[in-house]
Amino acid sequence: MMDYSKVINKATTEMKPSGIRKFFDLAATRKGTISLGVGEPDFQTPWPIRQAAITALERGKTFYTANAGLAELRGEISKYVNDRVHTKYDPDNEIIVTVGGSEAIDLSIRAVVERGDEVLIVEPCFVCYRPIVELCGGKVVTIETKAEDNFRLTKQELEDKITEKTKVLILPFPNNPTGAIMTREDLEEIAEVLRGTNIIVLSDEIYSELTYGRDHVSIVEIEGMRERTILINGFSKAFAMTGWRLGYLCGPKEMIREILKIHQYAIMSSPTVSQYAAIKALNSCRSDVKEMCDEYDMRRRYVVDGFNKLGLDCFTPEGAFYVFPSIKSTGLSSEEFCEKLLFSKNVAVVPGNAFGESGEGFIRVSYAYSLKHLKTALKYIGEFLNELKSGEV
Amino acid sequence: MDSLLKLLKRNARLSNSELAILLGKSEEEIASEIERLEQEGIIKGYSTILSESAALENSVTAYIELKVSPKAQSGFDEIARAVGQYDEVENVWLMSGAYDLGVTVKGKTLLDVSLFVSQRLAPLDGILSTATHFVLKKYKDNGVDLSDEIIDERGLISP
Repeated sequence: MMDYSKVINKATTEMKPSGIRKFFDLAATRKGTISLGVGEPDFQTPWPIRQAAITALERGKTFYTANAGLAELRGEISKYVNDRVHTKYDPDNEIIVTVGGSEAIDLSIRAVVERGDEVLIVEPCFVCYRPIVELCGGKVVTIETKAEDNFRLTKQELEDKITEKTKVLILPFPNNPTGAIMTREDLEEIAEVLRGTNIIVLSDEIYSELTYGRDHVSIVEIEGMRERTILINGFSKAFAMTGWRLGYLCGPKEMIREILKIHQYAIMSSPTVSQYAAIKALNSCRSDVKEMCDEYDMRRRYVVDGFNKLGLDCFTPEGAFYVFPSIKSTGLSSEEFCEKLLFSKNVAVVPGNAFGESGEGFIRVSYAYSLKHLKTALKYIGEFLNELKSGEV
Repeated sequence: MDSLLKLLKRNARLSNSELAILLGKSEEEIASEIERLEQEGIIKGYSTILSESAALENSVTAYIELKVSPKAQSGFDEIARAVGQYDEVENVWLMSGAYDLGVTVKGKTLLDVSLFVSQRLAPLDGILSTATHFVLKKYKDNGVDLSDEIIDERGLISP
């Protein structure tokens, strides 16, 4: 008989399943659920991109590419990054095409973090940073952002958490789940703290195209930051290409050379068809991104207004496609709120604490849905809140 | 205000207050913008898009190609207006290519539409020939996808 308790290593068995997973399992048991829980665009990938993939298949582009990705794609990424965040990366030595932003995050953390290193994680945030850091033996030090700071990272809070063991700062803006962004001024302050140190910034900018009212600014644009930053981005959110699994990372060649070794051994090369599609995305479909962004923007205004009218305080997010209303006024915990809402109205939203303890008291609501869907869901949430008040639920 | 028109084309029943929220404007701004668009004739009207099963009253649509001889003075305009005067006619377009006017006609039955074409349209002065194509099924109408259910392929919850 196999003793499976001894098969899986300790680091893996100790890894906690994501809080989202738990709620997903609960929601999956129900039928006809109206979900506001999805973290991916509702748009299909723009047709020219899909067409480019079909053409690639027809032409027999079914082989591995260079480890770092197709040279043409790296060239396009280099141009695109320079257009968007005014920073040059050498396509030959400073860019790796990865299997989604996720692989880029994994690679960067694995290449940098060692046992005993402290990694600063700005929470609430996407769920994958902590388990990967812990898998590498790193120690997670959270920096909790607050609603009163518009969920931005402040200089003071960063300074307070830095020790001589601090190796990495993970900077996830525009932020999932809060929708917060960092302005140039905010980033200047952060850079001021970091410039004199040896701390590496992992800037996860996967939502960079989805900002409202002002353009995204990357920390790599700030003086002295390019040399200490790994810039992570991808095609999933901007071009509605989640299922294609394609992202990239950019950084100084001294780091990229080392990171590439892990990618080489673990992945070989990212999906070839997706890479051809991505070339098309970058060279011909940027206007589609703008259109999708305008659409999200309308929904954003609608949902923020909706929650505020329902009496749930909702900070106006300036990025991504989430709102993060506070449910503290109901007296319920995030998980209680979400479970009750699911059971009484069949509406699924994600408890804020799934994104870190500082998300407690909030819920994440995705507005990557049609207006009609959002309207229906808001109506049910309104009914739910009334029933809560009258003690019916 | 392109985005206002876009929203109205998709759903003309959005209220001014909803439009105001969606576009980040005041209700007054929306009201006056719509009034302007109506007055300038940019918005010609608002209509209801019925599913085929609900549209029992007029359930047959035909697309008709008309070849006509233009008049010396008025060109195609006079004959196009004459065609457009019938209630059965929904659209009249002057076309480039192999024929002159493209017309859509609605009727209760195939016979109705056939009779309309042969007894009303064809005899009009200036009409040289007609070719009638009946619509078998509509998948998308006025930019609206008519399929009953749009399936969300995404999972219920993802990070």
